[in-house]
Amino acid sequence: MPAQVTLRNVTLGYDRHPAVHHLSGEIVPGALLAVVGPNGAGKSTLFRGLTGILKPLSGLIALGGLDARDIAYLPQIAEIDRSFPITVFDFVGTGLWRATGLFRGIGKPEREKMAKALAAVGLTGFENRIIGTLSGGQLQRLLFARVMLQDARLIVLDEPFNAIDSRTARDLLALVKHWHAEGRTVVAALHDLEMVRANFPETLLLARGPVAWGATEHVLTPDNLHVAMRMCEAFDDSAAACIVDPPSRAA
Amino acid sequence: MSLYAALVAPFTDFEFMRRALAAIIALSLGGAPIGVFLMLRRMSLVGDAMAHAILPGAAIGFLLYGLNLLAMILGGLIAGFLVALLAGVVARSTGLKEDASLATFYLASLALGVTIVSVKGTNIDLLHVLFGNILAMDDQALLVVAFNATITMLVLAVIYRPLVIESVDPLFLRTVSRAGTPAHLAFLALVVINLVSGFQALGTLLSVGLMILPAGTSRFWSRDVTGMISIAVLAAMFSGYAGLVLSFQTRIPSGPAIILVAAVLYVASVLFGSVGGLVRQLFPGRHLEA
Repeated sequence: MPAQVTLRNVTLGYDRHPAVHHLSGEIVPGALLAVVGPNGAGKSTLFRGLTGILKPLSGLIALGGLDARDIAYLPQIAEIDRSFPITVFDFVGTGLWRATGLFRGIGKPEREKMAKALAAVGLTGFENRIIGTLSGGQLQRLLFARVMLQDARLIVLDEPFNAIDSRTARDLLALVKHWHAEGRTVVAALHDLEMVRANFPETLLLARGPVAWGATEHVLTPDNLHVAMRMCEAFDDSAAACIVDPPSRAA
Repeated sequence: MSLYAALVAPFTDFEFMRRALAAIIALSLGGAPIGVFLMLRRMSLVGDAMAHAILPGAAIGFLLYGLNLLAMILGGLIAGFLVALLAGVVARSTGLKEDASLATFYLASLALGVTIVSVKGTNIDLLHVLFGNILAMDDQALLVVAFNATITMLVLAVIYRPLVIESVDPLFLRTVSRAGTPAHLAFLALVVINLVSGFQALGTLLSVGLMILPAGTSRFWSRDVTGMISIAVLAAMFSGYAGLVLSFQTRIPSGPAIILVAAVLYVASVLFGSVGGLVRQLFPGRHLEA
């Protein structure tokens, strides 16, 4: 089976400093991959690379024929300006961008889709609320509803279960599994290792560079986690240009 | 004096008042929605900065052709676009925030503009450039204002969705579309067009007032963008009409009269607005059941 996503010696970063260093590997279609690592490990940066927001400093990200529109991205809640006066209904409607673009109207079939997505995350009745009045958990549900509407083949979730209660997390995890069952590729950044062990068959342990990537039970070992925890977070302003040839994994 | 004589007669009796009213209606239709987006994108002061930035262009037009409206508008447009583009490009390609980037450009522009006007003109010319004169709108000026309002509404209709999404969730927009940056630049262009549009009527210093004050007012009466835009347009039109009447009856200069009425509306909204107004906060009533 051709890979959905191929990473070939990818380095992503800001201002020449690598945040994700020499990462190679493949994500097969229909994979359910957890990306685990301490804060500052490069998880969000990797996702920005996958979604095309950030161009790699070096290396190659191949998306196996996927268009940018075939990718649904759930950003961290902190990236959203909750003070902007937009209703839940309008916000979830942005998930239909691929169908509506700049001009096309929101007709009856679209409204039904939006209502269905809101119902699936338990937000029926919230349509006319301004997003600033939602709780963190409700906003996270709204973001999931938008991902549903995007109907994408690759779904990238950046810390989707942070700061939400266990019931919401359970509901949203069920959605993630549903997407997986539908054959979509799902990649999620997570901190709850128990959740990863119980639900995600494949894991990438990231600490700037890859620590391990493969079957979850082989990746989340005490030794690997220890290596990840020792990761150096700080950029070194006087670092020399990187000339290391990394071991090739994808080949 | 009857109510008719006070409120209607100035416009039925004098053509220059009718022209002024037409101009202010067109300015409100274009400028007020732009003001709402400036406010929601936390760029209220950017409008102010841009208003200063168009000055050297207008001044060069004045230097070359005297008080020729078309030359000054063209110069203002060029200067405004240059500053908006440069500031936008500097902000998006470096770490500098857009407001800081714009502040550096507009301060230089303002100094340059005042210098150029004072090289050739008198203090009265400078006053005209800075504060405008809405009671002297000729056909040409009216056409420019109406044309700009039309362009503004058309372009805003095109960039409305990306503009809203980019304000709420910029990362999301970047994953689904490349429209974010063009929409932002088009928006900055609209800011410039509307400032230049208000230039003849209200001058470089006050033209931004008809954008920002009604936008601020609208925030206290509506919770969503569409409502805010409608209210802002109405508030701007009313300020224009009431300001013209006030100016006609009292001999207060027309530009400041219009902006003062807009300011009074704003203060009243801060106090009595139904969405977060002060009185509403002091006397919220009993809490609800659910």
